[in-house]
Amino acid sequence: MSNISIMIAGVGGQGTLLTSRVLGTAAIKAGYDVKMSEVHGMAQRGGSVITYVKLGDKVDSPVIEKGEADILLCFEKLEALRYIDYARKDGIIIVNDQRIDPMPVIIGKQNYPDDITSKISSNNSNVYIIDALEVAANLGNIRVLNIVMVGFLAKSTGIKKELWYEAIRETVKEKFIDINIKAFDEGYRMAENYSR
Amino acid sequence: MKKLMLGNEAIARGAYEAGVSVATAYPGTPSTEITEAIAKYDEVYSEWSPNEKVALEVAIGASVAGGRAICSMKHVGLNVATDPLFTVSYTGVNGGLVICVADDPGMHSSQNEQDSRNYAKAAKIPMLEPSDSQECKDFIIRAFELSEKFDTPFIIRLTTRISHSQSFVELGERFEVPTKPYNKDFNKYVMMPGMAKKRRVIVEERMNKLNLFANETDLNQIIWGSNKDIGIITSGIAFQYSKEAFGDVSYLKLGMVYPLPEKLILEFASKVKTLYVIEELDPFIEEFLKQNGIQCIGKEKLPVMGEYCASLLREQLLGIKEDNITSVEENVPGRPPVLCPGCPHRGVFYTLKKNKLTVTGDIGCYTLGALPPLESMDTCVCMGASIGMAHGMEKVRGNEQKRVAVIGDSTFIHSGITGLIDVVYNKGTSTVIILDNSITGMTGHQHNPATGYTIKGEKTRQVDLVQLCKAIGVDRVTVCDPFELDEFEKIIKEETAINEPSVIIAQRPCALLKTVNYKGKVRVNDKCKYCKVCMRLGCPAIVDTGDSIVINEALCVGCDLCMEVCKFGAFEKVGDTNE
Repeated sequence: MSNISIMIAGVGGQGTLLTSRVLGTAAIKAGYDVKMSEVHGMAQRGGSVITYVKLGDKVDSPVIEKGEADILLCFEKLEALRYIDYARKDGIIIVNDQRIDPMPVIIGKQNYPDDITSKISSNNSNVYIIDALEVAANLGNIRVLNIVMVGFLAKSTGIKKELWYEAIRETVKEKFIDINIKAFDEGYRMAENYSR
Repeated sequence: MKKLMLGNEAIARGAYEAGVSVATAYPGTPSTEITEAIAKYDEVYSEWSPNEKVALEVAIGASVAGGRAICSMKHVGLNVATDPLFTVSYTGVNGGLVICVADDPGMHSSQNEQDSRNYAKAAKIPMLEPSDSQECKDFIIRAFELSEKFDTPFIIRLTTRISHSQSFVELGERFEVPTKPYNKDFNKYVMMPGMAKKRRVIVEERMNKLNLFANETDLNQIIWGSNKDIGIITSGIAFQYSKEAFGDVSYLKLGMVYPLPEKLILEFASKVKTLYVIEELDPFIEEFLKQNGIQCIGKEKLPVMGEYCASLLREQLLGIKEDNITSVEENVPGRPPVLCPGCPHRGVFYTLKKNKLTVTGDIGCYTLGALPPLESMDTCVCMGASIGMAHGMEKVRGNEQKRVAVIGDSTFIHSGITGLIDVVYNKGTSTVIILDNSITGMTGHQHNPATGYTIKGEKTRQVDLVQLCKAIGVDRVTVCDPFELDEFEKIIKEETAINEPSVIIAQRPCALLKTVNYKGKVRVNDKCKYCKVCMRLGCPAIVDTGDSIVINEALCVGCDLCMEVCKFGAFEKVGDTNE
């Protein structure tokens, strides 16, 4: 497989940084050169957070630009809408069907847009809408929604399942390994069974 | 062994392998992880210093005593440390001394966008700039060697995309460097005019040697591509963007950005037809070329602010526009950062706004209190500025306008204390609220002198803020809980009315600390009159649906502040209640 650019968009606190670390670790195991870029500090406090993971034979810039992402992994619907122009026209867009109101919406200054998922789906051909939050809640910990998303994405990368398991084991805290492996499997299964 | 590492982690690894014995810092995004990572090595003494100036002074002391020392900070932190910086350039070093400074082009997490390369030139201190994590590690090791060879501190310049990007690093072993002998050397380390005049000459001699070195060192590399017509002079992250945009052209990649290699640049420039200089922020390299009569294309086409990226270079320099972009036309609401659910600062800013106070603010999580709906901060300039600015406002407007300064515990220790001394000494009557949340919050929970723990988590003597303020001469010091809204408001009214300086220590720990354990969730019951007073809290967990108020249970931490605010008892606790 050639180079893959994966962009992760979410809301501070949803676990996007950990997600990029699992992705990066799995990619190393698969023999790729990897670069990742993340933003810390002020932006993390409930703000819009993006991270980049680029894999390939040789990666130069760690940054993903508009029209460049092969896979856009969105943890929240509004963030999917905000960053959709980063996905390639034929890129894969995976959206967690969750709504988190930003402050301008909470205080009534702006409206949360309607029908985000249908807007995105009509704009791009490769859109997957999943309810990772519900899957995570059923597993007993909503915080693993990020690894459900990883499981879904894993299907599109061609990286072997075993390597993902290893990456999860090395990245998450020991007491959360089991639930995260389950979350990964659930996500992976959703991708296998997905029908639009 | 190869490992994926943040640039900051690679700097830490390099310092470790270089046998560093002392590491100091004050946390600041994007530099914080350097010293957090070094602190994990038991072989290295590391500390959070009260501020960057002290951090550098400690590192200088360690160097003079014969050990290798590293001091790290963000770009604005270097402003604080410039006083020792400009003179350690004169004294030189004993053990190697490296200063890491992380610039923040694009201001992801900063109040300004300065280019630290100017400091290298102004202080006559050589500067290296790595372009990925591997170079972070390699350059820091080189910097220690060169520091000792040329008897000068070295600066390593990072930018956000180097500090916070991960790429492969080949790990090596630690090289134990024996502590050098310490010899009292009055002429080298006591910078009074008589001695400084002599060292001043040595600085120029050193610069001459470094100028020659810059032309010879492999830190600067010409990389000939198959296209030799186009040449690009660049460094740091801009090298990566350039490669992505231009591919197989020719590069002069500068690993040493000060002093610049005149001969090497002339040689490269003479062999290419079109010469670009690609550098974020100031035209630092470009001005050097133009002084030397070399024609190049740089800031006439490229911005002096913000981050660069490959598509920007393609568009501005090659006229190629990206056409693979898809977009949905939509007015997408912004998602600014907010105070977390349960944040102790929320009670403070709610009360300040309610009382229509003028608020001079400071740097930390609580700066977010400036944003809607709390909107209760009038100014934010730099670390510690809140107190001095409140005093300055008083001297112009007297007490016609009620005002307070708000400053975090860590920021107060950093540089608020001197402002408070000024208020007392110069007969001010300012009220200062110290937001004591028991941690340095914004940079991700670092200890500081007011928390009572060191960087390694060891218990230590805790600065007593009450005693400290009293010792300065503030007689009115009150400690209170900002979530006891009525009591807190009463205290603020009293203290701002009184004609003498006062300090209110608003004490409640950061809700993200593991020791904070709020219980249960809040729900809205049928007593809600939809008066929306609770919406003034700006809590992300309280949602106005358009005709009712609901709690977003996924976000609610159960801090109960909304229950304090609601006059109708419309919020009730589900599950356990807090003590």
